[in-house]
Formats: sequence, C-alpha cells, structure tokens
Amino acid sequence: MTAGSTVELVKLRKAYGATVAVDGIDLRIAAGSYCCLLGPSGCGKTSTLRMIAGHEDITDGDLLIGDAVVNDDPPAKRGTAMMFQSYALFPHLDCTDNVAFSLKMKGVPKEERRRRAGEMLDLVDMGKYAGRLPSQLSGGQQQRVALARALITRPGVLLLDEPLSALDPFLRVRMREELKRLHRDIGITFIHVTHSQTEAMALADLAVVMNQGRIEQAGPPRELFNQPRTAFVARFIGGHNVIEGGAIGGTDAGRCAVRTDRIQLGGADLPTDIQVEGTVRSLEYHGASVHLSLDVAGADEFAVVLDEARYFDAPVGVGDRVRAGWGRRDVHPLLA
Amino acid sequence: MTLTAETSRPSATAAAGRARRVRLAPRLAPYLQAAPLTVTLLLFLLVPILTIVVVSFWDYDSVRFYPDFVLTNYTELLTSPVTWKTYLNTLKYAALSWAITLGIGFTVAYFLAFHVRSTTWQMLLFLVCTIPFWTSNIIRMISWIPFLGRNGLLNSGLISAGIIDRPLEFLLFSDFSVVLAFVHLYALFMVVPIFNSMMRIDRALIEAARDGGASAVQTLWNVILPLSKPGIAIGSIFVVTLVMGDFITVRLMSGGQSASIGLMIANEISLLQYPAAAANAVVLLAVVLIMVVAMLRVVDIRKEL
Repeated sequence: MTAGSTVELVKLRKAYGATVAVDGIDLRIAAGSYCCLLGPSGCGKTSTLRMIAGHEDITDGDLLIGDAVVNDDPPAKRGTAMMFQSYALFPHLDCTDNVAFSLKMKGVPKEERRRRAGEMLDLVDMGKYAGRLPSQLSGGQQQRVALARALITRPGVLLLDEPLSALDPFLRVRMREELKRLHRDIGITFIHVTHSQTEAMALADLAVVMNQGRIEQAGPPRELFNQPRTAFVARFIGGHNVIEGGAIGGTDAGRCAVRTDRIQLGGADLPTDIQVEGTVRSLEYHGASVHLSLDVAGADEFAVVLDEARYFDAPVGVGDRVRAGWGRRDVHPLLA
Repeated sequence: MTLTAETSRPSATAAAGRARRVRLAPRLAPYLQAAPLTVTLLLFLLVPILTIVVVSFWDYDSVRFYPDFVLTNYTELLTSPVTWKTYLNTLKYAALSWAITLGIGFTVAYFLAFHVRSTTWQMLLFLVCTIPFWTSNIIRMISWIPFLGRNGLLNSGLISAGIIDRPLEFLLFSDFSVVLAFVHLYALFMVVPIFNSMMRIDRALIEAARDGGASAVQTLWNVILPLSKPGIAIGSIFVVTLVMGDFITVRLMSGGQSASIGLMIANEISLLQYPAAAANAVVLLAVVLIMVVAMLRVVDIRKEL
C-alpha cells in the first residue's frame, strides 16, 4: 500500500462570519504517524479536520499534503479519505457496493471493484457480511465498513472524525486496539479527532490539544502528561492538580502542576518538601486505586490518587483533616 | 386505560355488579376504537364500489336500467375499438404528464433541498410553489384559454414580435394544451413527496460521496436519485391516478376533440347508460390498481409512511 503523507498546516484559519473557529494554527504531522486532535467541543478540532479533508473551505493560510499546497483541491485529489462520525454509509447499497463506491466513481469495471471491495472487507473482518445493507449491521460493524470504504482509495492520510464516540465502552476499547493495529499494518498517516484524552493517550504518536481555535500544546502523549505547558492542558489531560502561584508554602511564584498520583497523605511526620492541609470532600474507590478530593486553600480542585494498599494502610474518611505532601521535583511549573 | 384502572380498585359494596358490566369493556374497547373509521370506509368506499360492480352487470335500454346479470356491458366495452383507442389516449396523457411532472418535480425539489441553504428561504419558496393551489382547478385551466388561443396573448405576442406570421394552431385545443394543463395542475404533487424524501437524506452522505471522488452529477445519480425513489413513487402514484381518472381537463383543454376514459364514462352517464358507465369504471379501477401495484413493486415506499 501507499506510504503515508506528511500533513502541514501553515497559519491555517477558519472563520464563519465573525466567529473564528480555527485561529491561525501551525502544525506538522510526520508521514505515517498517528495524530490525535484533542479538545473540548467547540475548540476547532473538527473544523481543522474538515479543512484537511476538503469539506470546509480554508479562510486563510495554507494546507500542505506531501509537498503540495492542496487548499483548493477536491477531497479525492488530496489523497485523503475521511471516516465520518455517523459513518455515512449509503443506506441503499450493501457493504460491497458501499466499499466499492469510489472505485465505481473512477470507472473501475464491476468485477474488479467487487473483488477489491471484498478484499478490503476481509481486511476489516467483515467479509461474511458483504451482502448486508448498513441497516442490518451493528454500530461496530458499520464502523468497520466505513473504515474499509475510506481505505479502498489507498489514501496517504486517513481522517477520522470522533470514530469511537458512538460505540459502547467495551467496543470502544476493542476498536481502539484495532485502529492501532491497522495503523501499524498499513503505515499511512492517521489524523483522529477526539474529545477523550484516554483515546488520545492510547493511540497517538502526536497529541495536539486545542482550545478556542488555537493549539495549546502538541507533542507525544507522554510529554503532554509529564510536561503540560499550560493549566488548560494539565486540566484537560487529567491526573494533575493545578496550584496557583505562591498559594501554598514552599512553591514557586508561578502557577504549577502536580500529578495527583505523586501526592502522599499522612500526619505531622510526612517526609515531603511541600505540605498542605485540607479536608476530605469526597472519596471514590476505583479498585486498584482510591481517588480522594480535598478542599485545599490555593487550588480549586485538589485530587489525590492513592494506591489501594497504601490507602488502606492508613484510611481516612470524608470530613477528616489530612496533611498532603509532595516532593519538590514533582512540581511542574506552568506557562499559563 | 381508564376502564381497567377503575376496575382495579372497586368500592367494596358495588363491586360485584359493576365489575361484571365493566369487564366486557376492555375486550370491546379496541373494536369500538376502530369502529368509526371502519364504518366510514364501509359506507363511503366499499359500499359505493360494490354498488358500481353490481350495477355493471345490470341491463339497460334507452329509457331505463334494471337488475339482471348480463356480461354485455363488459363484452361491448372490451370489444369496441373506441375503448382501446381511448385507453391508449389516456395512457399517453398519463405517460407524458408523468414524465414532465417528474422532471419538473425532481428539479424543483433538488433545488429547494440542496441549493437553498437557509430554512427560512426553503419554506418561503416552498409556499410560493403552493400559490397556484389557492384557486380552483377549473379557473386555473380556463385561464390558459385566453393565453393560448388563436388570437391569445402568446400568439399575438409572437406575431407582433415578428417571430411567426401565422398563429400557432397547436397551442390550444390539442394534446399539447391538455398535457400542459395536467402538468400545471399536478406538478406540485410530484414536488412535495420528492422534496420530503430529499430532506431526509443525511448531508454527510453527500460529503461521503464527494470524499469518494464523485462529481456532482455522479452524486446525483448514485446517491440522491436512489434515495429519492420513495418520494418519486408516491408522486407518481398521485399524478398517474389523477390523470387516469380525469375528464374535465381533457374536455376543456382539448375543446372536445380528444377523449379520455373519464370523459367516456361521463358521456355514458349523461346518456343514462349507467350499467355501461359502471362496467367502464370497474375496468378503469382495475387498470389503475395494476399500475399502482406495479409502481409499488419497483419502489419500497414503506419507510416514507
């Protein structure tokens, strides 16, 4: 199959009248990588994807796929293929004809296109449903067909618009694994829009956190998690407490983030550099870990994630006064 | 249901007597609920049709008709070359009107559904389409006459513009004017169901087609047209049944020079040949039903209803 293409956004901007959806973003996605555009609804991630796909006009800036500026090319010429959120399978065509649609448009003879569609359906494990209509398939099956339909054009870039959001949690995890396997097997560039940071963490080589039409941070998931640049990223990625500058004794002047799983609880003998007192507001048992939420001066939300065994060594209850502490090297300063 | 709710907590003393009276009701209730529609259909649809079928076997002479069981009405009808010619003519009108209203209906619906972006404009333009329906059929037909006549607006306009030097004769009292009137009368019956079908097409499908490299024409042919089929079928049923049963449009617009089955039946009635008219009506009903069934065979309209 064809190798993936690089995708480069240069000062890409999208405005609907006076509302700016995407505010001049720059991004380079390496060929063959798995990129997740991540952010809350309305952050511009879907508009960005639709501009890359060619289903939305570019207001300003340039879009490069491979080495060519493709701003005005129709989708089929860009070498991109899109998998729609609602899957958008043609309800009047069976799986084979759905998958073979783009080949039919290109004028590939019937025998050949049916054969190639069959191979593609086998690839996504849907060969035995080839003759079914979309309405006779489950959500997960429809998704596989949609995937096969997108891949049959041998695109350099596959664009996925919230592909897993319509599935139940169990199926979501399974499809996530399959997307990753597929990405490894065919080696093209994947660009995947999601609002779930778990999805992005699990899949991406490059995770891009967007907020209000701008990129807050782009990097490998591990970098985002361990070195969030801004409070927004720290909060959105989760697993962090954002502490206002100087609010807690021993911290630096600026805003900083501390990972919730690096915090220890204890009495006056807590051996950490930085300590704070708080009241336990709520308590959740999650199996392997216990999640506590504390009322602490200087942080709106203060969460502590304790290993189950460590929590039950010295259990605390809702309303208890506790002392929380963490080491100086666990403090991560934030730019904003 | 309120009746069962009452029986579920009967007052202690009156319980026995009331319970027996009310217990029948739950079983009767569905029948009672269906009764009004059943009675209406029986009285106003089934009984008249049965009457026509019965009368079609009666005999008649020039002054009266009387109960009997004869097949002459049918044999005379089916062996007469006039009948076959008239059927052919009626079918010709139906086919032409169908094809033209389909063309216009699909185009207008497509424009409204896919090119008019704002819902407000869609509704406004849709209402504009219904304006002709604010006047009666007859008025709308008659208004063509001064326009199309030998000395009508169109002919005199064309002559004074120097495009023609003699009035065009085919404009009025011809097949042309009959079909024109049919199209004018019934085009909206095609627009509405097709528009309805098109509005149900998920817009993501159009994008998916574009994503797959389809041109606008290919999208129209491979996606929009197949998904509009139920609307096309419903519109076609409207137009074909209306044209097949019409008599007044053909009489007015052909100036009495052309015939349709409806007109033939009307003439028989005016000559008091009721049994002959009844036989003719039964045959027409059968023909139209066959056409409708054939259309439903081609397109599954269930999901539209």
